[in-house]
Amino acid sequence: MYKEICGKYAPTKDNLIYILHEIQDTHPQHYISEEAVQVISDYLKIPSNHIYGVLTFYSMYSTKPRGKNIIRLCESPPCYIKGSDNILRKLKNALNIKVGETTQDGLFTLELAACLGVCGNAPVMMINDDVYGDLTEEKVDEIITKIRGGK
Amino acid sequence: MAKTVNVWIDGVHLEVPDSMTIIEAADKQGINIPRLCYHPDLPPTANCGVCVVEITGNPVPKRACCTPVAEGMKITTNTNKLRAYRKTLVEMILSNHEVVCPTCAANNKCELQSLANNLGVDPDALPSILQKKKVDDSSFSIIRDVNKCIACGRCVTVCNEVQTVYALTFSDRGIDAHIDTAFGLGMANSPCVNCGQCTVYCPTGALREKSEIDAVWEAILDPDKHVIVQEAPAIRVSLAEEFGMELGTVTAKKMYAALRKIGFDSIMDTNFTADLTIMEEGTECVAKLKSGSKRPLITSCSPGWIKFMETYYPDLADCVSTAKSPMSMFGALSKTYYAQEQKIDPAKIVSVAIMPCTAKKFEARRPELKDSGFQDTDYVLTTREFIRMIKEAGIDFKHVKEEEADAGMSFYTGAGTIFGATGGVMEAAIRSAYTLVTGQELEAIDIQAVRGLEGVKEATIPVPGFGDLKVAVAHGLSNARIVMDKIREGLATKGESPWHFVEIMACPGGCVGGGGQPYGNNMAMRARRGQGLYQEDKNLPIRKSHHNPEVKRIYERFIGEPNSPLAHKLLHTHYFKRSVSNGQVVEEVTHKHH
Repeated sequence: MYKEICGKYAPTKDNLIYILHEIQDTHPQHYISEEAVQVISDYLKIPSNHIYGVLTFYSMYSTKPRGKNIIRLCESPPCYIKGSDNILRKLKNALNIKVGETTQDGLFTLELAACLGVCGNAPVMMINDDVYGDLTEEKVDEIITKIRGGK
Repeated sequence: MAKTVNVWIDGVHLEVPDSMTIIEAADKQGINIPRLCYHPDLPPTANCGVCVVEITGNPVPKRACCTPVAEGMKITTNTNKLRAYRKTLVEMILSNHEVVCPTCAANNKCELQSLANNLGVDPDALPSILQKKKVDDSSFSIIRDVNKCIACGRCVTVCNEVQTVYALTFSDRGIDAHIDTAFGLGMANSPCVNCGQCTVYCPTGALREKSEIDAVWEAILDPDKHVIVQEAPAIRVSLAEEFGMELGTVTAKKMYAALRKIGFDSIMDTNFTADLTIMEEGTECVAKLKSGSKRPLITSCSPGWIKFMETYYPDLADCVSTAKSPMSMFGALSKTYYAQEQKIDPAKIVSVAIMPCTAKKFEARRPELKDSGFQDTDYVLTTREFIRMIKEAGIDFKHVKEEEADAGMSFYTGAGTIFGATGGVMEAAIRSAYTLVTGQELEAIDIQAVRGLEGVKEATIPVPGFGDLKVAVAHGLSNARIVMDKIREGLATKGESPWHFVEIMACPGGCVGGGGQPYGNNMAMRARRGQGLYQEDKNLPIRKSHHNPEVKRIYERFIGEPNSPLAHKLLHTHYFKRSVSNGQVVEEVTHKHH
């Protein structure tokens, strides 16, 4: 599978970021494994340690398996002023995990993000590619329950 | 001729090449700009910011390590603004550093310690933000203590650019940025070849050897054990600088005296097995030359190089001499030949090696190196560990009365001693291989073309009855790559190697620049140590390995002749293919002769 993804791109170093993205996006656990890095290393002729340096530099990549739904709560000042710390506490309680962890059922991973660019609707979080704004603790409950029910 | 420019540093006029940086120009003039991450052997990374200077006309200070000189530049290295700036930087670094100076392996050698001291930094200026992390002690050779790491990046540069081993990298970013192996799996599960260049370039005690001092003391102080010790060629020329004597002085006889005072039962010398290696490897080389093989013979003494070859060039493993390193030959003989001659139960023998090398610790633990019926070498101490033992034993090394080694496995020739410098094994081998091929003695035995610090050296030696012997010498693993790639290409395109015989040493400068050598060294110091060995060679009465009387004796009494079945059993080995991602053995690629 990793070889196929690599094969879509020319074997040049500037394609590293795109290959990492596609491998992560298509992996059911949204992460980049040691095995994947080795395949990329062989394909692009970049040492594994360099690839590891790149993928830990960018916060959007993960080297650990993650849940089906990745929650990214904005931790920038506008959201903080509008109470994102309460939202964070609520999320931790509702999911029973800490930041960076994944729920036992593999449904949710909780992460923090820098500004998501929708400060007008602070506090804001993203779940996968969807943005949720004007968050309240009640709204968080609703969203989590809905996703849990849908699964 | 390079273009030169006029600059003024602290009012002193200098005319320097325009390719220089400010720090290089200042160093040339003896103006020591405070610095931390900069090292003269390595490209600047501009990580720490301590080397800031003021340049007239520039509103903000500039880093001297990465700012090129320019015509008319007026540079000031010491102002109140710069002093405050540097102090703050060092205070910030200390606030995220485990400050345990008195017991640290780098105490008195630590560049952060001396910088903080020179700048008069208040250790409590900032509260500590250190979050203690696990020390990586997975490797047999090297300990990596992130808590003492200041993220200067020298180890990353030396690992990736000088050695092209690709074990260490920067991981994460911002406050979380730190140096790590891929996926944090540890040095033992990375392509690390244990060369230890990271330990000699680390400005603090974050990278150091895994110490075996306690185990060695225990063996020495155990009356039931017979502890035999060998010392590599480079050791005798690397002790003087640590004990107030001139850098590059050979102190072999003081070294023997110190070893005896420490309590070793039998004091021998690796130089003896260096001579023996020449007999074994030289014979192998001559057989290969006579067979008309188009594949080269490559030396096998350097354990960093061997693991590198197994990882990156396993397809050429058959070109590498099957001869064990001098250390491992000694180990195997200490529990066979020596035990037999001295009538000692080999089970009671503890074989200790003092090496300028961290990779030797890994080599000693290779599971295949137990042809004596025991692990051939029990413990390996680096030069730094040996120095600590001398100090712990309270020996006044500078004034200690010279003594001789014990007889049997200690006599050495000039050829054996130059093993410690790049090109030395090649030169030693040529001195004897010439005789093995022609039956005559080589007269001009100072082979200048293979000496010195050029990365890749080549020479052609006319050998009557054979023709032109083409040789190459590489030191530092990025240079090894250059040579190995040419061999690979030559074999693939023309069916032959560009050279018959190749010497490769993992460390820049050869063993005198080894990863176990005293802290604070640079290429200029390595050169001085190498010169010390060439001087010793010149002064020795016998300068060719095949004239070593103890070597002749061991062949007569024990081994028979070079490359005999017993020689193959005890003195030769085989190699493996290793994974590029984690350094683990994938398969055996050459096999041991039986």
